Amino acid sequence: MSDTKEIGCEEALHRLFEYLDRELDGARHAEMEQHLHTCRACYSRAEFEKRLKGRLGALGEEPAPPEFTNRIKNLLHRF
Amino acid sequence: MTDADRTFFEQEITGLLDRLYGAALRLAKNRADAEDLVAETVTKAWANFGSLHDRQCFRGWLFRILTNTFLSECRKTVPASIEALAEAQGEDDEPAFSLFDRLHQPFLLWWGNPEQEFLNKVLQQDLQKAVDALPEVFRVPVILSDLQGLSYQEIAETLGVPVGTVRSRLNRGRSQLQKALWQHAQEAGLKPAPATDEKPIHASQTGEHHERH
Repeated sequence: MSDTKEIGCEEALHRLFEYLDRELDGARHAEMEQHLHTCRACYSRAEFEKRLKGRLGALGEEPAPPEFTNRIKNLLHRF
Repeated sequence: MTDADRTFFEQEITGLLDRLYGAALRLAKNRADAEDLVAETVTKAWANFGSLHDRQCFRGWLFRILTNTFLSECRKTVPASIEALAEAQGEDDEPAFSLFDRLHQPFLLWWGNPEQEFLNKVLQQDLQKAVDALPEVFRVPVILSDLQGLSYQEIAETLGVPVGTVRSRLNRGRSQLQKALWQHAQEAGLKPAPATDEKPIHASQTGEHHERH
């Protein structure tokens, strides 16, 4: 018998972004996981938000142009 | 500063350069300013490296310098505006806009998946424009969280605001971002056709899917 408290869809959606951002504590994270294992609607929403977040995450890394990389290397060598 | 310090610093900067540059591009929104922003960040980081006691925190510390350098540069041209504060304080009770809810149509069977289709079709450039269009007060936490993966605590320390404020600004930033993406989806035809037009078609498609599965 699991000790994890059952939560409803309203609570799950309220916590969704904190869950995806890995900001929930262990117990609350487990409650979310349990809900997502049993609720297709919330699971679909969570998957969508996760993929959208993944796509946004890809914007966070941009190959530095070679001339700029050299500028930073030169800067580091001067320190 | 020892040789080991110097080596650590150089390795970290080199390893994080594409991330620093990515964040700087989304903050400054143009290449020349982004390059100057990263160069200034690296210079400041080296000058203050001695004050960093826990090297596990290097990444968060570096992004804090980057963000604060950007914000202080902004303040020189646009004073910490009443507009931005009003933006941050206003209408916190407004329900969050959900792109998923707009895309998701209950009458479609689950394998119809219009939201999946949207994610497959939306371009990185579309996402970039939507991020760039956010007001600074929401853009900065969205960049730090969604683009750079900083924790709420790290963002709170960076911006000098409580964690609750970070949470609230992130919610509102994401809501605005999704609204912009929905508008873009409508303009670009990336969304499913309106339900009223599609209902009869989907009824027959539903039947077909049932037979296939």
